[in-house]
Amino acid sequence: MKGRMRAALIVLVLLAGLALAAPWLTPYPHDTLDWQHQASPPSIESMHWLGTDRLGRDLFARGMQAMRVSLLIGVLAALVSVCIGVAWGAAAGYVGGRVDAAMMRFVDIVYALPYIFIVIILSTLFPRGSIAALFIAIGAVGWLTMARIVRGQTLSLRRREFVDAAIASGVRTPAILWRHIVPNVAVPVIAYATLNIPQMILFESFLSFLGLGVQEPFASLGSLISEGAQEMESSPWMLLVPAALLTTLLVAFNVLGESLRAMLESPHE
Amino acid sequence: MLIYALRRIAGLVPTLFVLVTLSFFIIRLAPGGPFDQEQALPPAIRANLDAAYGLDQPLLTQYGRYLSDVVRGDLGPSFRFKDFRVTELIAAGLPVSLTIGFAAMLLALLAGVPLGAYAAWRADSWAARALMNFSLLGVVLPAYVVGPVLALVFGIYWPLFRVAGYEPGDASFLVLPVITLALPVIAYLAQLTRSSMQEVLQSNYIRTARAKGLSAPVLLFRHALRPALLPVVSYLGPAVAFVLTGSLVVETVFGLPGSGRYLVQGALNRDYTLVMGMIIVYGVFTLVCNLVADLLYGWLDPRVRPG
Repeated sequence: MKGRMRAALIVLVLLAGLALAAPWLTPYPHDTLDWQHQASPPSIESMHWLGTDRLGRDLFARGMQAMRVSLLIGVLAALVSVCIGVAWGAAAGYVGGRVDAAMMRFVDIVYALPYIFIVIILSTLFPRGSIAALFIAIGAVGWLTMARIVRGQTLSLRRREFVDAAIASGVRTPAILWRHIVPNVAVPVIAYATLNIPQMILFESFLSFLGLGVQEPFASLGSLISEGAQEMESSPWMLLVPAALLTTLLVAFNVLGESLRAMLESPHE
Repeated sequence: MLIYALRRIAGLVPTLFVLVTLSFFIIRLAPGGPFDQEQALPPAIRANLDAAYGLDQPLLTQYGRYLSDVVRGDLGPSFRFKDFRVTELIAAGLPVSLTIGFAAMLLALLAGVPLGAYAAWRADSWAARALMNFSLLGVVLPAYVVGPVLALVFGIYWPLFRVAGYEPGDASFLVLPVITLALPVIAYLAQLTRSSMQEVLQSNYIRTARAKGLSAPVLLFRHALRPALLPVVSYLGPAVAFVLTGSLVVETVFGLPGSGRYLVQGALNRDYTLVMGMIIVYGVFTLVCNLVADLLYGWLDPRVRPG
């Protein structure tokens, strides 16, 4: 388990480093057309390491730019969903009673809906291509499981002596939540947040695949896959490059998250 | 049991109501409208259009009118597909979507459960390990990666199946979409079945049965399978939801004339009623499937049956 986790971490650090360093590794920017090399396969000679697309844009540059978008949205949207989920779950679990019942009922209802629909509806709210809006929309649907986990933890924490002591010494509820409850739920939250990141990356690339997400001249792994799928008969690399990047990213994040969770569930193994 | 089932069915109504209300107001908040085009329409025509579709009324009036239509089973006129009711559009595409969805669920159950059971039974074999590593990939990869890659390999390099389009009655168009759609569910079902089967195989009554000298098939299928299937059954509801939303992608990838594409087109064109109609139809499907899975669970596991 440890070996897998280390491997996943190394892969992620390498990918992130590559994505960040990409502008210095290729002479081509992500949005410039190279008229001499349109739809040309990967080649060392022309310095198009991963080939070009139909318009002659460098696929390495575009793929790496797309990966920066994926990582940014993945991490930020996971953060948004962690914040909402922790606040919601801690409040529901701590206040309890009817408030708890109503808040969790709301979670149940939203849970029952196909969340892809909610993401699609929310994404129409913002001007197309606004990345900031995109991660708010994605993060806003990813918090449900987090809220459930945090609520469960809070329910048991609420009965502990240090909370009674805080109440007795006159600490107000928001301060108790922030200083005593939240730090104690941090560990499962971190493990789950790691698993949340690939989920968010999937949402983003899904929306971009459908044409609702990241817009030209910027690329997303989803939009690259969608373009590549149309050209795959004549130029398979246009599909395979972004598909391989997305696969590696998702597998690495999932292996990391699963190992973290397994470690937390049985710390002595 | 019957009373419980009826109560659960009644519980669907408020959930549906929340779904309709939320999506109605959120989509109206979105900038732009169905009649915004490259060239602005003359104000008089625009006003006539708005009046014809009731868009000139206050939002709450529109909402009330829409609700009363929906209750009567009418999803309203499409704003972009002139002369079509939303009900007609969805009804035309639904058979295709349901065919691939149903076939994918069937394939997933027939493949995923036995594979998982095998992996639990022979946990140390290399085949079981390979299977489980492969299932990680299957769970993680989305349909828009699997679909095009399958189409490239089995449609172009090795032309076994058709990769795009659809002719009624010709199954070769449906093979790749169904496999694409089923793959993640197969992988997840295999993982679920394996872990619950492993737990069951370690329990006391299985040891007793084994000590009694029962043969492996009897042990596996008569004694171990039913309790091991519980998590599988509770996953069926979410699985159906997954397959429904997945069919959206698969229909786009393989150019199938299903109803899934209307959701995206509708969202892009601000075709309010079309988006709403899709959400209602697919939402009802999801909720009903979740409910059926819950009831099935109660039938399989007497402990959760309400007294």
